[in-house]
Amino acid sequence: MPIATNFLQAECVSREYRLGETVIRAVDAVSLSIEKGEFVALLGSSGSGKSTLLSMMAGLDRPTSGAIRVQERNLAELEADDLARYRRETVGMVFQSFNLLPRMTLEENVELPLRLAEVDRKDRASRVGEALERVGLGARRRHRPSELSGGEQQRGALARALVNRPAILFADEPTGNLDSVNGEQILLLLRQIQDSLGMTIIMVTHERPLAEKFANRIALLSDGRLVSDGARN
Amino acid sequence: MKTRDLSELAARNLREAALRNSLTTLGVAVGVASLVAMLSLGVGLQTLASQRLTRSGLFDAVFVTSQRNFRGPRQPPPAASTPKQNSRILDEDVRQQLSKLSNVTEVYPQIRFVTDVRYGDKSESTAVLGLPDSSRSSGAFDGITGAFFSSPTADEAILQIEFAKVLADQPASLVGKDIILRYAERAPLAKDASDEDLLDSMMGSGKPGGISIVPREKKLRIVGVIESDPSAGIGGFGGARVYLPLKTAEQLHVAQPDDMQAFLSGNSGKPTYMALTVRVHSPKDVPQVEAAIKQLGFATFSLLDATKGLRLVFTVFDLFLGLFGSLALTVASLGIINTLVMAILERRREIGILKALGATDRDVRSLFFAEAGAMGLFGGFFGVALGWLIGQALTWGTTIYLHQQNLPGVKISYVPWWLAFGAIGFAIAVSLVAGLYPASRAARLNPVEALRYE
Repeated sequence: MPIATNFLQAECVSREYRLGETVIRAVDAVSLSIEKGEFVALLGSSGSGKSTLLSMMAGLDRPTSGAIRVQERNLAELEADDLARYRRETVGMVFQSFNLLPRMTLEENVELPLRLAEVDRKDRASRVGEALERVGLGARRRHRPSELSGGEQQRGALARALVNRPAILFADEPTGNLDSVNGEQILLLLRQIQDSLGMTIIMVTHERPLAEKFANRIALLSDGRLVSDGARN
Repeated sequence: MKTRDLSELAARNLREAALRNSLTTLGVAVGVASLVAMLSLGVGLQTLASQRLTRSGLFDAVFVTSQRNFRGPRQPPPAASTPKQNSRILDEDVRQQLSKLSNVTEVYPQIRFVTDVRYGDKSESTAVLGLPDSSRSSGAFDGITGAFFSSPTADEAILQIEFAKVLADQPASLVGKDIILRYAERAPLAKDASDEDLLDSMMGSGKPGGISIVPREKKLRIVGVIESDPSAGIGGFGGARVYLPLKTAEQLHVAQPDDMQAFLSGNSGKPTYMALTVRVHSPKDVPQVEAAIKQLGFATFSLLDATKGLRLVFTVFDLFLGLFGSLALTVASLGIINTLVMAILERRREIGILKALGATDRDVRSLFFAEAGAMGLFGGFFGVALGWLIGQALTWGTTIYLHQQNLPGVKISYVPWWLAFGAIGFAIAVSLVAGLYPASRAARLNPVEALRYE
């Protein structure tokens, strides 16, 4: 069960894009408070601003206004290197299109965050093995992404996101490129990880049934605004 | 990211686009090769020239004369800054004194005289010069017909080809034949009472006896005929047509123009010399030795200033060759920029993934720098090897041409270690500069936009 602490807080966060004379407000004054260990689904239709909000919370983008506080740090005010360290040490990311590097084997892909975090070489193999075993891909470590199914690739991406033992796992439409069976398996895996590791998971999806089935809480966005935010179970 | 991880990732990226990266590296290699070939040619020619000049003995030698010697029409000029001290005669004691100076390898006198040379029924008047044994390596005897003197005291002669032609239609046929020198020997005067009285009345009592000039003949075996003039160079030192071993020439005790002066100064008992040649270890020792000799009260002359001028000419020559060579490397650097910019476009998504996983701008920049540097490193290595091969080919071609002209082959291209390492370093530097723009562009990529890129 989630521990009642304000682990991640979005305070009146907005993100605007300028296209010539036109200003597009992708996220409009969203405030959201997420506690440690929660599994939150950001639900909304295409263009609702959910992925933009997730990018800002993951430290990939900066808000135009407002603040995002994670463990008392305002991401909007962090220097580029500190933001990179936040992504490297605090965050794990899973994407809709898996984003495994095609020329690397699965274990090399999973090892990549450890290289960036300058983890000792002697510790890397065990951590990579542990992450791959957790997602059930221990036997496929030497395969390249092109030799894996979509579901396996996404599990591989999940192993890569977990290998640095992050505090928060961000998943941007993790089932978007999968069939329903594989999609459910991935979300089941996320749920198991949340339960076993107590990890905070924030997932973007447009599939309400899956969100309702696996997330503890659903935040609904529409046209960049937070429409509803409620705990499910 | 640690250097080893960075290197591994860069190597992997280079391997993935092997063809394109190889072609870019080849472009760098061709640029470096042209640079190395040009400069190796400059260095080779400079080395050849300085070797020839050093071997000639002109640039590692100090020519010493007594300050009171009158300057002949073709004698070297006296040094302007020579301190005025008591004039001393160049005799055997001075020769020994000079040979003990530091960095001095050899001191020998100039024994040069005009004499009659008889060969068969021909008799010709010409200049004879004594050559030290060290002349053997001066380069003047490289194309000799016959051989150098068999020993420093051999009764042998080498003829200059123009003089040999006077003696025989086929100069080469003279080798092994004998010539006879007719010369004036300087000998101590046999004392008798009337001479003693005469000298006392002329010089004052207490002066030693006089000298006599005696006509002599010396048979010498011709061992070689040469085209060049090993005595050419400084002032009037050249122009001799018959050469003897120096010690053989010394033993002849040929009357010299300054014998009278030595006699009048009461020094007729020891051999005196018009000039001494002091050889030093290397041209850089010349100023120090020259200064030491001037301190002893002698006039000196060296060609050091001429070597400085020569060095300037070659430095400018090398500079221009280097500039032309660098043009090809500049073109190659455009290839590196093109390859890396293309790589950014292709690997945009990969850069986004790396950034999403926590890579800093510096990590991304370093990765592209490492790839550019690796292309420069390999291009540099291959370029130096290729440039060396081009130089070897030029040397080979030149040698064939020279042999066709009946001239000895020469090494016109030389790749010293500093050129090899400098060219590799320069290739890496140029590659890194070429990678500067692509690397900073990759580092600045917005991860969200990069991840969206298909």
